[in-house]
Amino acid sequence: MDPGFVVATFWRLMAALPLTLEVWALSVLIGGVIAMGLTWMRVGGSKPLAALSRGYVFVFRGSPLLIQLFVIYYGLSSFAFIRQSFVWPLLRDAFPCAVLSLALCTAAYTSEIFRGALAAVPNGQVEAARACGMSGFRLFRRVIFPIALRQALPAYSTEVISMTKATALVSLVTLWDMMSVALKIRNDTLVTYTPLLVAGAIYFVLNFLIARAFMAIEYRLSTHLRPRLA
Amino acid sequence: MLGFGAKGWGLALIEGAVMTLLVSFAGMLVGAAFGSCVAWARLSGHTIAGAVGDAYAAVFRGVPELLVVYFVYFGSSALLTGAFHLAGFEGFFGVPSFAAGALAVGVISGAYQAEVYRGAYLAIARGELEAARSVGMSRGLMFRRIIAPQVLRFAVPGLGNLWQVALKDSSLIAVTGLAELMRVSQVAAGSTRQPFVFYLAGGVLYLVLTTFSNRFFDFAEARATRGLRRMEG
Amino acid sequence: MTEPCAIAVVDMRKRFGGLEVLKGVSLTARDGDVISILGASGSGKSTFLRCINLLETPDAGTVTVAGETIAMRKRRDGKAEPGDWRQVDRIRSQLGMVFQSFNLWSHMTVLENLIEAPVHVQKRPRAQCIEEAHALLKKVGIGDKADYYPSHLSGGQQQRAAIARALAMRPKVMLFDEPTSALDPELVGEVLRVMRALAEEGRTMLVVTHEMSFARDVSSHVMFLHQGVVEAEGPPAELFGACKSERFRQFISGQARQG
Repeated sequence: MDPGFVVATFWRLMAALPLTLEVWALSVLIGGVIAMGLTWMRVGGSKPLAALSRGYVFVFRGSPLLIQLFVIYYGLSSFAFIRQSFVWPLLRDAFPCAVLSLALCTAAYTSEIFRGALAAVPNGQVEAARACGMSGFRLFRRVIFPIALRQALPAYSTEVISMTKATALVSLVTLWDMMSVALKIRNDTLVTYTPLLVAGAIYFVLNFLIARAFMAIEYRLSTHLRPRLA
Repeated sequence: MLGFGAKGWGLALIEGAVMTLLVSFAGMLVGAAFGSCVAWARLSGHTIAGAVGDAYAAVFRGVPELLVVYFVYFGSSALLTGAFHLAGFEGFFGVPSFAAGALAVGVISGAYQAEVYRGAYLAIARGELEAARSVGMSRGLMFRRIIAPQVLRFAVPGLGNLWQVALKDSSLIAVTGLAELMRVSQVAAGSTRQPFVFYLAGGVLYLVLTTFSNRFFDFAEARATRGLRRMEG
Repeated sequence: MTEPCAIAVVDMRKRFGGLEVLKGVSLTARDGDVISILGASGSGKSTFLRCINLLETPDAGTVTVAGETIAMRKRRDGKAEPGDWRQVDRIRSQLGMVFQSFNLWSHMTVLENLIEAPVHVQKRPRAQCIEEAHALLKKVGIGDKADYYPSHLSGGQQQRAAIARALAMRPKVMLFDEPTSALDPELVGEVLRVMRALAEEGRTMLVVTHEMSFARDVSSHVMFLHQGVVEAEGPPAELFGACKSERFRQFISGQARQG
């Protein structure tokens, strides 16, 4: 393994990192917003909306992300009415399709995490807030949301890390992310292990940093659970 | 077009689904082997074994599954070719994509299965093991009659989840050319120029597989826990 | 003209599915009354209290707090519900409730727990609320624990903090739902002492409890519920002295045997 080659490979891969990060960040954000909508539909009290939400989660958790990605990227563009509609400029390019597909997929998993977190809020504390006259959005913002957030963080950090791994799939829809670059280097130079190992190392470090960041947030938000210092 | 017949892709899709089931199952077995080794390593208390186990789990949870599939497929083929070259043969020797795919899915699944087995082992009441020792059971006998059955029983819910993950990860094996469901959908889509129909059909078949898997695992879980006392009483 | 009562409940009924838990319970509390509500498990006493501040919705009957009646109406499926949730919130902010399981907000310090409702529901100035909160914490005996989180306090301390939180709302009436039932025996005393002090101050209190000593020595009025009906009521001297109700006498002796 030639050190010069390793270093060159490293820098070529790092040049593709921004794209990977963009796809990741946008899908996590958009997916999070969609998830909030899905969770609200599920716990809101309307039976048809709850059923729709359950159906959505079933479809997007029960099928592979790859096939969802292909349905959106290859499948939607085959319809004339989509090509002529106002969404076409958006769906014509691979990047928006990829972000959309990843966002829709993560929304399903994330909404289940949010739902579990809401259910884990101790009912007694909600009652105490109601008994003081709190209701509606204020009750949610001051009592329910802070407690649910702390419940959701561990599972949510796992999901966010799954998303960085999922970005590798966009290499299969013509985007030049790190995975694509690694494969191209392999094809060009016929060196099997190095490009994949270096790419793997970069992904690994990325996920490590994300995990650490979440641990730091969890630590800051959990003073109330730790023993009191002196 | 979707139907069964000379020009219909229906049969091919079903065959692809069967291949998906087979390769996922093979992957789970591989994962069970790796996972139980890692679980043992982490539970044993030997620092080096434990550290190796931890490293394995961390690596295969931290890198993209697609990358592992490529690495295993290209890497094992390179190894095999190298071995044949050493033995004097020329040419390229590719590892069968089924084996490479199962190995890739398995090695990833093993990292998560290790946690499931570890948790299941820790859930066994210590008292039962003490009782086994006190009647003079050997370690081998205790493992076979007391530990393994209980671990499997506690592991069922976790394994059910990981099976679903394996089914979905198996779609990535399509890049090796294996004729599982994803690949068949892709070929059909390209051949008929009807991507939406065939990717959707593939997706529906995956949903069928996951739904039946859910039913199966719910049943298995109910049977596995029938002897356990419920805490709520 | 007499002042409006602090709380007046007329003919409250409540059923859970097939089971009728309250079969027409009425109660009148004037300012300064300390009313103990006694009864066996399942007699409906907690449900009655929780219906007063609408944590449960009564199927029939009216609740009037300081002269204001909570408006009720019937839903399409026949069940009753409050007519105006804003009125309910307003009335709730005039009632202070203390729960059996304390229910302090775990992500806030004790001080933050106390000022939360005064600042955000009653919209009082923050500095004033903080000052009052400190005074209340001193009053219930945990003045030095303002910056502690609930998980760092003992059960008795948490319940006293919960009482202070209810007091911070400047409530017209305080509702206690079995405040000492979840406490270890040695911690019950400190909470009862605080409640006794509040009673002696002239606070209007409705207390669902199993503590016979409190019912007998501190309350001005005792109400005994049996299977959803008021079986006996009156001043403690009358009930604990020579009660006409056989069931109540059985109940007290049962409680005494449990110690």
